[in-house]
Amino acid sequence: MLRSDSPCLQIDGLIKDFGPVPALEGKMVRVLDGINLKAFRGQVTALLGANGAGKTTTIECAQGLLKRDGGTIRLLDGDPGRPTPSLRARVGVMLQDGGLPPSARPIPLLRHVAGMYRNPRSVDGLVERLGIDSFAGTSIRRLSGGQKQRLAMAASLVGNPEVLFLDEPSAGLDPQSRVIVFDLVRELRDEGLGIVLTTHLLDDAQRLADYVYIIDAGRTVTEGTVPELINSKRSAGTGRVLTFEATPGLDLETMVPSGLSAIETRPGSYTVTGPVTAADLAALATAWDAAGVMPTALQLSPRSLEDVFLEVSGKERR
Amino acid sequence: MSAPASLAKRVALQSGYETMSMLRNGEQLILAIVLPLLALIGLVVTPLLDSLVLEGAGDSRINIATPGVLALCAMSTAFTGQGIATGFDRRYGVLRFLSTTPLGRTGLIAGKAAAVIAVLALQVLVIGTVAAFLGWRPEPAGIPAALLMLVLGAAAFTALGLLVAGTVRPEATLAITNLLWILLAAGGGIVIPAAALPGELAAVVQVLPSGALGDALRDAMLAGDFNFFALLVLAGWTAVAGLAASRWFKWS
Repeated sequence: MLRSDSPCLQIDGLIKDFGPVPALEGKMVRVLDGINLKAFRGQVTALLGANGAGKTTTIECAQGLLKRDGGTIRLLDGDPGRPTPSLRARVGVMLQDGGLPPSARPIPLLRHVAGMYRNPRSVDGLVERLGIDSFAGTSIRRLSGGQKQRLAMAASLVGNPEVLFLDEPSAGLDPQSRVIVFDLVRELRDEGLGIVLTTHLLDDAQRLADYVYIIDAGRTVTEGTVPELINSKRSAGTGRVLTFEATPGLDLETMVPSGLSAIETRPGSYTVTGPVTAADLAALATAWDAAGVMPTALQLSPRSLEDVFLEVSGKERR
Repeated sequence: MSAPASLAKRVALQSGYETMSMLRNGEQLILAIVLPLLALIGLVVTPLLDSLVLEGAGDSRINIATPGVLALCAMSTAFTGQGIATGFDRRYGVLRFLSTTPLGRTGLIAGKAAAVIAVLALQVLVIGTVAAFLGWRPEPAGIPAALLMLVLGAAAFTALGLLVAGTVRPEATLAITNLLWILLAAGGGIVIPAAALPGELAAVVQVLPSGALGDALRDAMLAGDFNFFALLVLAGWTAVAGLAASRWFKWS
C-alpha cells in the first residue's frame, strides 16, 4: 500500500487534558499536545515512546475510550468520539491490561465476543493459530502474561476487523508467544489490515513497523519508515556501526581509516562508528592482514533506532 | 466488511453471559438465593412479625414475610450482586474492552439490567415455590402490581448499584453494597415493614427504595392494593440514581 492512499486512521492536532490533579492544586495537565498521525491499510504503524509519553492516551482517544479535548480523529469513515456499532464492528482493540474477565475460560469468552458480530472470524481458527488450545481449560486469572496477551489478541481479531489497535502487544510475552504474535501481526498486515500499535521497545518497532511515529511529552516529534529514521539528515555522519572482536590492545589510531571513530569497548571488543564505506572495510581488512590479526567476530549494522530515539525524544528532560 | 450483530442479539448474548456468570459465582448465589431463603424461614419460625399478624385479620407470618423476602431478592441481585460484579469488571478493564466491541456502553448496561431481571425471575420462582409449600397464598388481584413494582425496584437498585460500582474502587463497592444490604435488610423496611419500626424511623424508611419496595409488594400481595406513593419513591430513586450514574460513572 502506498502512503498516498486514503488513511484508515488520521489524527490531527489531538489534545487531551487530564485532571483536575489534586497534587497540582486542582489544575489540569495537558498530556497530549498536538499529536498528528496517519495509519494505512496493509501497514503496521507504530507509536514509539517512553512510558508516559502519551502513546496509550493517543490510541484510547482513537478507539473512542477517551474523549478528546481538541483536534480531529477520523477512523475509517467515522468519528471514534461518537462511535456507532458499525464502526466498532470494523475495529479490533487489544487493551494494555487485557480487559478479560478473570473468572471466564478462554474459548467461551471468544465465542461470546464473536457473537457480537455478523461475520466473525472462526474461533477455532484463532484458537489454533494463537496456540490457545494448550490452555483452553484454564480460567483467565491463572494464565501467564503471554497466554493472556495471546487471548486478548484473539479477542481483538474475532470480529474480523479492518483496523487493529494493539497497545503494547509484546508486554509480558515469553519468547514463544512473541514469535506467534509477531508472525500473526505480519500476516494480518499482508492481508491488508491497518495495524496501529504502541510500544516502548525499539526492537519491536524495528522488527514490526512499516512506519514509526516517535512520541515524546504528548507530541509527535518525528516520523518515518525505520530506514528513513535511521538514515535521516539529523544523523548524517553516524551512518553505521561496525563491531568486531580480535586480540586486545590493537592500535586503532593507525588501523581505522580517518573519518571514523573507534573505541575498544572491553578488551578485545571494538566498535567503529561513522559513514563506513566498502573502501573503509577494505582498508581495515588490509590493516588487519598487515598486523597479523584475524577477527573472531565481525558485524556491520545500521545506526540503530535507539540512537534516533535518544536524539529526538526527552530533550526537554536533559 | 465486518458488521455488528443486531442490537437485540448483542443485548441477549450479554445478558445471558452475565446471568450465567452470576449463577456460577458461589458468593452471588448465597446472596441471591440462600440468604433470602434463610430470611423467609427465619420470619416464619420466629414471632418477629406477630404484632402485624394480629392487626390484619387472616394475615399469616408467611403471607407477610414472602413479599418482603422477594423485595430482598431484588436488592440482593440488582444492588449488591450487580454492583460488585460491575465494580470488578471495571477494575479488570472488562467494561472498557466490551465497550470497544459492537456491544458498546449502552448494550453493556442493557445486558446487565436484563441479567438482573433474569436472575430475579429465578429467585421469584425458587422463593415463591418454597413459600407456597410453607402456606403462602398471595392475593391474586395484586400480582400484576407486585410484578411491576418488583421490576421498578430492581431498576432503582440496579441504578444505585451501578452508581456505587462506577465511582469507587471495587473493594469499596464490595464493602458499601454489602453493608447497606445488611442495614437495609434489618432496618430498611424491606422484610420488617416500616409500620413495625419505631415512629421516626418509619417515616424515613418509607422513602427509601427498600421500604418503598417492601411496602408496595406487601400491599399488593396481601390486599391487592396499588401503592402509588411507593411507585413514586421507586421511580424517583431510579431517575436520580440513573442520572447520577450516567454523569459520574467512570469506565476505567
